[in-house]
Amino acid sequence: MIKVLSYISIIAIPLMMTVILLHGWVKGVNMYDCFVEGAAEGFKTSIRIMPYLVAIFIAVGLMRKSGFIDYLINLANPLMTFVGVPPEVLPLVIMRPISGSGALAILRDILNSYGPDSFIGRLSSTMMGSAETIFYTMAVYFGSVGVKKGRHTLGAALISHLASIIAAVVVCTYLFL
Amino acid sequence: MNIIWILMIFIGIIIAVVTGKPEVINDVIIHETGEAVTFAIGLTGIMSFWLGLMNIAKKSGFISSITKSMTPITRYLFPEVPPNHPAIGAMMMNMVANMFGAGNSATALGLKAMEELQKLNTDKMVVTNTMAMFLVINMSSIQIIPLTILKLRSDAGSVNPTDIIITSILATIVSTIFGVVACKILEGRK
Repeated sequence: MIKVLSYISIIAIPLMMTVILLHGWVKGVNMYDCFVEGAAEGFKTSIRIMPYLVAIFIAVGLMRKSGFIDYLINLANPLMTFVGVPPEVLPLVIMRPISGSGALAILRDILNSYGPDSFIGRLSSTMMGSAETIFYTMAVYFGSVGVKKGRHTLGAALISHLASIIAAVVVCTYLFL
Repeated sequence: MNIIWILMIFIGIIIAVVTGKPEVINDVIIHETGEAVTFAIGLTGIMSFWLGLMNIAKKSGFISSITKSMTPITRYLFPEVPPNHPAIGAMMMNMVANMFGAGNSATALGLKAMEELQKLNTDKMVVTNTMAMFLVINMSSIQIIPLTILKLRSDAGSVNPTDIIITSILATIVSTIFGVVACKILEGRK
């Protein structure tokens, strides 16, 4: 099963590429020149997002290394227990929107200490798979076009994140318990 | 963004100092800045690749045909974008790349979409409803095959690493719906 899935994942991008190239060929597009012309923009985009990446990496780094996230976890504990989230997965819930690599490290710990097939293990895997990093994505996407005011983006993203946590708890309770 | 950033920095510094480990601040400044630059440079190759491919897809009419076929959905989600605008094509391809867990490709395509959306923006400093909606959908994760998680699970000795796929997809659907609804409700307020 996992082999088939990883094959599908691996083949998706090459397939997309082939379809685009075949389509271009059939339509008689001068593909080499077009490709190079578009690719020239790549470097500019990287340079444009670099300062935003530096800014957000410092902020996220400080929050992680200073131990602030641990405080946040203790602070959020009563609220999360109230909505039915087991306290064991709380570090993951807090870390997930802040840092993807940090969340992966936490997931690895949880899987090793509670077992991947335990309820906690399955729940935390589900949470990891149904959410994304928020702050980093916002910084990069806004930064790339120079937008300064995000309006309701963060609010809606956090609502969506909270919904994914609660949905993960409900779905896992229903299917795995 | 400004306030959030300042808060994150100040809180980090204060806590590091209060808990008696100010050295982590130096550590973060030195290492994380380097990481950020490495990351941006690392993204350049894949970025160039997708921007090149997108240029072909644009000229061949591939993007406008995807755009057309998605009109029923995109008209509801992104009513402010003209139906045949190239931004729609870039957003759709970003979502496809996201679904298959191709993170860097998705970022490249997503930034292309933002660039197209910014052309439609009347106030270049402020996010449009479309950008907010696109980002929220993007951040609610629409990944079908979470390969990294499956790998972690099988490394930890799971008998059935893939049994979380269906629960992840269900939870993602819920979070995406909530995100879309939250956007629609919140976007009315100025």
